[in-house]
Amino acid sequence: MSKRLVQAEFNVERDPERCIQCQVCVRQCSNQVHAYDEEAEQVTCDEASCVGCQRCATLCPTGAITIKKAPPDFAPDNNWTSDVIQNIYRQAETGGVLLSAMGNDTAKTSWWDNILLNASQVTNPSIDPLREPMELTTFLGAKPNAVELSFDDQGGPSLATKLAPQLVLSTPIMFSAMSYGAISYNAFESLARAAGQYGTFANSGEGGLHKDFWPHGPNMIVQVASGRFGVDIDYLKVAAAVEIKIGQGAKPGIGGHLPGEKVDERISQTRMIPVGSDAISPAPHHDIYSIEDLRQLIYSLKEATRYQKPISVKIAAVHNVAAIASGIVRAGADIVAIDGYKGGTGAAPTMIRNNVGIPIEFALAAVDDRLRQEGIRNQASVVACGGFRSSADVVKAIALGADAVYIGTAALVALGCHLCQKCYTGKCNWGIATQDPYLTRRLNPDIGARRLVNLLRGWSHEIKEMMGGMGINAIESLRGNREHLRGVGLSDRELSILGIKAAGE
Amino acid sequence: MKRIVAKEEYCMNCRLCEVHCLVSHSRSKDLIKAFRQERGEIVPRITVERLGAVSFAVQCRHCDEPACVEACMTGALSRDPVTGEVTHDPQRCVGCWMCVMVCPTGAIRRDKSGHVAAKCDLCLETGTPACVANCPNEALVIEEDND
Repeated sequence: MSKRLVQAEFNVERDPERCIQCQVCVRQCSNQVHAYDEEAEQVTCDEASCVGCQRCATLCPTGAITIKKAPPDFAPDNNWTSDVIQNIYRQAETGGVLLSAMGNDTAKTSWWDNILLNASQVTNPSIDPLREPMELTTFLGAKPNAVELSFDDQGGPSLATKLAPQLVLSTPIMFSAMSYGAISYNAFESLARAAGQYGTFANSGEGGLHKDFWPHGPNMIVQVASGRFGVDIDYLKVAAAVEIKIGQGAKPGIGGHLPGEKVDERISQTRMIPVGSDAISPAPHHDIYSIEDLRQLIYSLKEATRYQKPISVKIAAVHNVAAIASGIVRAGADIVAIDGYKGGTGAAPTMIRNNVGIPIEFALAAVDDRLRQEGIRNQASVVACGGFRSSADVVKAIALGADAVYIGTAALVALGCHLCQKCYTGKCNWGIATQDPYLTRRLNPDIGARRLVNLLRGWSHEIKEMMGGMGINAIESLRGNREHLRGVGLSDRELSILGIKAAGE
Repeated sequence: MKRIVAKEEYCMNCRLCEVHCLVSHSRSKDLIKAFRQERGEIVPRITVERLGAVSFAVQCRHCDEPACVEACMTGALSRDPVTGEVTHDPQRCVGCWMCVMVCPTGAIRRDKSGHVAAKCDLCLETGTPACVANCPNEALVIEEDND
């Protein structure tokens, strides 16, 4: 066997003064980095398998373990970096496609940091959200072109316009689509419970909805994706809304593949496929090759749900996203979800994750502009997703034109994810992206749901604080209000696409 | 009385309960010192049992009709009629290990330092059992049993 050239990515440092040989690290590492040598009565380690998930360092009772990034000391080169060289070694050894998970991790991926928010000074009063009411309630769904009232004999008004079905969110944040299969039962349950407790929505992803989760239906958006996993009339009926998944920001243009070894009895029931069979989502929907075809599916789902549920269409942010979004709205979608290229995934080819698609900042601004220009912005809500890291990102997205955002990575981080980006190995040490029964029990949904609700509460509070600073007391007044945004370090072209002024203007 | 309840579905076999139980019953009460200087002499009074993916922590169940109390010839083990706690008095224990033999859950171990039995005392000194306080996944909880 020839010598492998790929070098260890992490150094595992164990402080011998602190290590008590309790072997917690040995029992917690699914990558077998730590082992106990009975003869030497000592914990040993094999750094080559370390993925840097920090599980051992977090659980070590004496803090004896430190995991450090160990870029192999190749000769310094700005083009041929150690990552590039290591990737080539990997492919030269396996002949395979490089895989990654979570979102694009390359250096320049976020433009939110180039956008700054406004605050009131002197001429308009700011509002203290702790003392005055502040409204974050968000309604997702088609809004009428005009509202007509009718009056009874006594002149009492009532609404004559028939309103389209709406999702009511207590905060403009929802949990992104993450399927049961990609994430564990306990992670899925945590998300569903937290959505219900906070009055928002979780998304089932494309893997169906296990019957155990049907009680969470009123707070679930269910997906219909190209694999059609778990889709039947009961699945559509039990949910609050249905989302047609066309694309995903992390991997626009390609499908999905849940390996057969993850398809156990419960996942098999949920996805409606045999135990052990690969769950393959084709790249396209084979019945959607045009906007007209999409319209057929949207209306099939509307018929199936008796026009009582909003139908969402989720696409990846790609080059002609504005025109595509316009087509989707005209095809009858009530919600358009746009996933930017920072969006996460359980598995994607590295080259696709890092190079395909466009940032959500530009896509969102372009879609909002286009729908306004065409006079159809009211016909659908726009949900932005892909790499939202903080409440500030959310506020900026809403001011750019989003009705709400989906958070995926941030939610998983709240559950304990340390972004080691190895979801596709199925060995998630945090019990999130795995189906191994030894690992899934590490996520207690009581703790998970509590942490997610705390995250939503914290972000919502911060959103209110930022709105208050701008002198705005309802999220509706912030929506699409780009006057509250200014750009720094952006070119004229970038500013014009974002539709915002430069700082100082 | 208060009972420690194990939720096997969330026990992840880290065995930090054993680590902290040992420290809690050490002289030094210090993690590193307890393991370096006292391990071997003192033992944790909680044991994680594991078969495959399933594991859970076992400690004294404070039985209503404790076999250990029945078997104890010196009266070192007794059941508090008011609180229901099964307590162990090392001063009276002669280390005959009958309690170890009869305990249906194997929750009593031999403490080599004093040649006496060692069992869960619910950490009465501190109030919250160390295993419950330090379980990272809330797989051990303390519940009030109203029976």
